[in-house]
Amino acid sequence: MTGIELRGVSRWYGNVVAVNDITMTVGPGVTGLLGPNGAGKSTLLHMVAGFLQPSRGQVTLGGEPAWRNPGLYRKAGIVTERESAYPFLTGREFVRAAACLHELADPVAATRRAIGLVDMVGPMDRRIATYSKGMRQRIRVAAALVHDPEVLLLDEPFNGMDPRQRLHMMDLLGRLGGQGRTILFSSHILEEVEQLSGTIQVMVAGRLAASGDFRAIRRLMTSRPHVFLVRSGDDRRLGAALIGRPAVSGVELTRGGLQVSASDYGAFAAEIARLTRDEGIRLRELLPADESLESVFSYLVSS
Amino acid sequence: MSAYNQTVASITFRAVLGRRRALLFAIPALVLIGTAAVLRLTHPADPAWPTRILGSFGFSVVLPLTALIIGTSVLGAEIEDGSIIHVLATPVRRRAVILTKYVVAVATTVVFACVPELLAGIIATGGLTRFAVGLFVGALAGAVIYNALFVSLSAATTRALAVGLLYVLLWEGVLANFTGGARVLSIGHYALAMAVAVAPGSGIDPGISLAAACVLGAVVTVAALVLAIRKLSAFSLRADAA
Repeated sequence: MTGIELRGVSRWYGNVVAVNDITMTVGPGVTGLLGPNGAGKSTLLHMVAGFLQPSRGQVTLGGEPAWRNPGLYRKAGIVTERESAYPFLTGREFVRAAACLHELADPVAATRRAIGLVDMVGPMDRRIATYSKGMRQRIRVAAALVHDPEVLLLDEPFNGMDPRQRLHMMDLLGRLGGQGRTILFSSHILEEVEQLSGTIQVMVAGRLAASGDFRAIRRLMTSRPHVFLVRSGDDRRLGAALIGRPAVSGVELTRGGLQVSASDYGAFAAEIARLTRDEGIRLRELLPADESLESVFSYLVSS
Repeated sequence: MSAYNQTVASITFRAVLGRRRALLFAIPALVLIGTAAVLRLTHPADPAWPTRILGSFGFSVVLPLTALIIGTSVLGAEIEDGSIIHVLATPVRRRAVILTKYVVAVATTVVFACVPELLAGIIATGGLTRFAVGLFVGALAGAVIYNALFVSLSAATTRALAVGLLYVLLWEGVLANFTGGARVLSIGHYALAMAVAVAPGSGIDPGISLAAACVLGAVVTVAALVLAIRKLSAFSLRADAA
């Protein structure tokens, strides 16, 4: 079956490096590309899809180069993030056009099958201009599937879908992956990627930060040290006491308060309560300082 | 046959003609025909008015601007909103995509600029005179060459409409009329030369010989289309800011 291979792939625009030296192999099954917005996921997908030339490195699908290779699209289907589709065509006409462009032997049957797969048989004879965002997304997936491709690339495919549609799409992609196809999709939502992928590739700031199944990624993310901002009656004394505790891995006195890194936050929570009571320090504020997805990802990059 | 694709043609025709936009390119043509009719009815004393209206207004305004709107819309809109991907993510040859859209653009321009030019010529000169036919032939040549340029611009830049407008208004409209040298690179003058070759004695001076016009016209057309095919073969998607 066809796999995707990237070797030392980089892409820059002037001074901005969007994708930084990524080497990875994507095999059959569903692979999720996870990362915050701006991580370079779309750039990577565009290069895999043959719609962007790498500044450096090679991208191949089933051994064939991705760039400037229209023949590639016989075995690959692409669903881009932008939701454009010809508004004046009906859903059926749109998928049928794709079938004809792929030079399929029986475009009518292929169209019917593809539309059935994405559960759009009801609205298929309405113009795309009348579709909701989720419906447009689904009809575009149908057009990408009409030629029964071995490889399917999707950029943020669940955007704009309601929970029911998302479940349906996940089910579809899961089934396609189970048939041995190579499916690569991107998302910035961990739960989406977790539920669907066998393998997760995490991208942060253009780099490949982590790779593995969702359990490994979750473990990496929860075992990271947590950072808290503490304000108390006597920060320096509290800091000195805290650094002596095993649950605490770092303490820094800043203008905003005491920044504490805790490797075991459960133990830390218990410790700080006891410490402040024993030392007679008034605890005013205790806030987690790095709960954003970006900080989680940044941690993964540096680890 | 990898030069023409029926599916691409159907989609392009529907995109260009469907919607109120079709009215936009009908307006200059209607103005041209209307003006010719009105002037004929009112019999102005100036016997050269057919030349002025059809030569100046028809060739300098109606033809290039109509071709500009049509030529940039067969490809430009799809590239801008990214829907061209639906055509490019298939094994269809890029050459077929460009040439098919080009043919659609020329056909549409013939209907909305060349035929009105002929009709206005017939009205102005009282029948299917040599003059009217000459203008029609010139307009056909203009449609062929202008659209090659504008389709090519659409493939090369997202500002095709602005660049095309600058070319038509500044270059052809102003410079070419005052500088002999600029006429060599003016599609309007190639078209005029061909019109004059069919209908000599109409009082229009194209400023360039027929032979030069044919050769240069052919060169511009082929070069523009080759460039467009090259650009489309290297089409790249930019990631959105998000």
